[in-house]
Amino acid sequence: MRAFAALLDRLLYTRSRNAKLALIAQYLLLTPDPDRGWALAALTSELDLPAVQPLIIRTMMAERVDPVLFDLSYDYVGDLAETCALLWPEPEIVKRTEQPLLSDVVVRLASLTRADAPKVMATLLDNLDASARWACLKLATGGLRIGVSARLAKTAVAQAFSLNLDDIEEVWHGLQPPYAELFDWAEKRADKPSLELLPAFRPFMLAQPLEAGDTLSPEDYLAEWKWDGIRVQVVRNAEHVRVFSRTGDDISASFPDVSAAMTIDGVVDGELLVRDTTGDPASFNKLQQRLGRKRVTAKDLAEYPAFVRLYDILLDGKEDVRALPLLERKQRLNTFAVGLPAERFDVSPVLDGDSFEAWERLRADARDLAQEGLMLKRKDSAYVGGRKAGLWYKWKRDPLLADCVLMYAQRGHGKRSSFYSDFTFGAWSTDGTLLPVGKAYFGFTDAELKWLDSWVRNHTVSTFGPVREVEKALVLEVAFDAVQSSARHKSGIAMRFPRIARIRNDKPANEADTVATLQGFIAKAAA
Amino acid sequence: MNTHLATWISPHPQGIYVKPADAWIDPSLPKPVALVTHGHADHARAGHGKVLATPETLAIMRHRFGPQPGAQALAYGETITIGDVSVRFVPAGHVLGSAQIVLDYAGERVVVSGDYKRRPDSTCQPFEPVACDVFITEATFGLPVFRHPDAALEIAKVLAALALEPERTMLIGAYALGKSQRLIQLLRAAGYHKPIYLHGALVPLVALYEQLGVPMGDVRPAAGEKPDVFRGHIVMAPPSALNDRWSRRMLDPVTAIASGWMQVRQRAKQRNVELPLVISDHADWDELTQTITDIKPQEVWVTHGREEALIHWCALRQIKARALSLLGRNDDEEA
Repeated sequence: MRAFAALLDRLLYTRSRNAKLALIAQYLLLTPDPDRGWALAALTSELDLPAVQPLIIRTMMAERVDPVLFDLSYDYVGDLAETCALLWPEPEIVKRTEQPLLSDVVVRLASLTRADAPKVMATLLDNLDASARWACLKLATGGLRIGVSARLAKTAVAQAFSLNLDDIEEVWHGLQPPYAELFDWAEKRADKPSLELLPAFRPFMLAQPLEAGDTLSPEDYLAEWKWDGIRVQVVRNAEHVRVFSRTGDDISASFPDVSAAMTIDGVVDGELLVRDTTGDPASFNKLQQRLGRKRVTAKDLAEYPAFVRLYDILLDGKEDVRALPLLERKQRLNTFAVGLPAERFDVSPVLDGDSFEAWERLRADARDLAQEGLMLKRKDSAYVGGRKAGLWYKWKRDPLLADCVLMYAQRGHGKRSSFYSDFTFGAWSTDGTLLPVGKAYFGFTDAELKWLDSWVRNHTVSTFGPVREVEKALVLEVAFDAVQSSARHKSGIAMRFPRIARIRNDKPANEADTVATLQGFIAKAAA
Repeated sequence: MNTHLATWISPHPQGIYVKPADAWIDPSLPKPVALVTHGHADHARAGHGKVLATPETLAIMRHRFGPQPGAQALAYGETITIGDVSVRFVPAGHVLGSAQIVLDYAGERVVVSGDYKRRPDSTCQPFEPVACDVFITEATFGLPVFRHPDAALEIAKVLAALALEPERTMLIGAYALGKSQRLIQLLRAAGYHKPIYLHGALVPLVALYEQLGVPMGDVRPAAGEKPDVFRGHIVMAPPSALNDRWSRRMLDPVTAIASGWMQVRQRAKQRNVELPLVISDHADWDELTQTITDIKPQEVWVTHGREEALIHWCALRQIKARALSLLGRNDDEEA
């Protein structure tokens, strides 16, 4: 456990990507099985330890620490695992002759019932030092947040054992922690794990943002909508179907309607969306009702029916078509999709026009709630995992802007735990009061954040726990992608993807925008 | 109902006013008479008429602001009467010359802690608890998450990192007054006698400590040296210089900061620190609460820091406590 805790600690404080890779690779090379496998599972977020809910940990702390002191501490530290690791009372007699191994901890936590969790956790924490306590709590509650993505961890595996990253990504979903097969292959004791009967994940091909200076020849590219859902890969192999998100997470269980409709073997790439009552793609807001639901009710399925708007095909039956040019794959896709139920799968159309001017007009008009902008893809591009320069571009529509008044601020979590970085802002209603219209956590530079933080501290009129209400005097220019009507908010509207574009020191608060102006954006979008 | 003891002392945003002495403690604006607890910039300011402080604090103020015409030195333990108030300085253990101020008037005793700690520090006199009616305390680290480890363990981390990657430069951010001198002494005590290179802001204060009898060993200004010289060595700078242009010439530095704030991982990460060192010149939570337990005051007044938690802790023990909310106390850099 000590080596794993030290690895997490060092990763947290290491900035350079190469240094992080070296640290993980070194750990994987020096640590025996099965510890390194469990560590890799933790780094790739593949560990599922459901028995230790944050609530259980909070209850354990409540038995040991005064609740007010706990809340003040948590508010300051901003991270539950770290707060508890620091506040955990050191046992009177420390008998830490031998710290438990990471694998002991994981196996114990994995086989735990909720009823046993408090007792087992307490014994574990008593036997660990503060740094290992933090690592153990991070493991138990999930989400390490140490600036290491699953992809980075897999890259480190590739680096440590001189493997190809794409090969690792391909076999990854057929593997289970602690990955004995992977390390056997990596250390040349066994062949590459077989994918034959598995519905395996293939790395997504990604687009780069189109920048002002990019010069593309329009005749080499085709344009299609960038739909505002979530990118998915649907895989069927020998009766097994999986729906993977862009990060490679298996989300099949949340979308049984889509899984059941994948009736032909193959691998397709598309945008997962839900339909509104008219049958058109609904806003992202509606899709969110379905995301992250482990148990889907009949009501969810009826109210928010999901479907996939297809962009591309990777495997046609058993045939790998990724090396074919895009135009040929599009033809394959059209044929493939004919065999699928139309209410669950349709093909995203290639757009008319062969000039930037024509596309620019389409993009500017793209205020359909489900359109995020345009994609430009090279007609002869093969399907290659990752973000390769020059092949695919995303061209988002320009954001909408509004001037809003800062109303409340809350301290951030994680890296921003000492800054007021979550801002709630409002617009003027007809009776001259401010109504909250959105909340933004980003868009500002570090220097602006510092400025905002001190502005909030110096203009606080009251505090409610971690929230500060401020003088209604600061105007923020807020950028957002769309406005949706919302029954949950008093203002009747909700912003999609709001962020702080500018601090408008120059503008008096009474000249900020009105709720009616913002409602106008809904009308425009629907038209 | 909400009356307090020691009504002859009143807290103001710019300092604590002692009415029968017509004197201010650590005022942030120029005043005719100032009693100064220690030399940090948020406590010692220029421009007062009369300044009363320990000889070491006065030396630090002279270094910072030039000659102090109204200065009057009061050594630890000496008593002076101002108006009808008897005033005495007692060691606070924070930095060289730092003092608590003991005030006796009309049968009541008030102790103003200034900034203090109770951990061993070979650069200054240790904190002395003084029984009193009202204890006016700091609370920079007034949350139970703050438990400073043994400073020697943190120093061991520095030496281990130096040994592990001898081609890198160990760049340590430490406040110019107090923290850096203490670190140098801790390093020497751990058997590290190689030269330690200093940022220009540290040089005169390190020299001042030596003059006042605190040996520093082989210390050299970093200015003028080639960057290669620093590899495998320790370079010390104020924390603000770490992410500034000055540090760009350091070759592949391991960036460390020595501060109590380094206890909180995300806070350390915010400062772009690779090696956080939890070494503080302030009392941690256990020291703050232990001190109140030791001196058993009837009332606790909290000047600055995370006062809510300490006030709540007092309330749980039926000790009357209040927050004074003094302005301009910068607890960020030197903690």
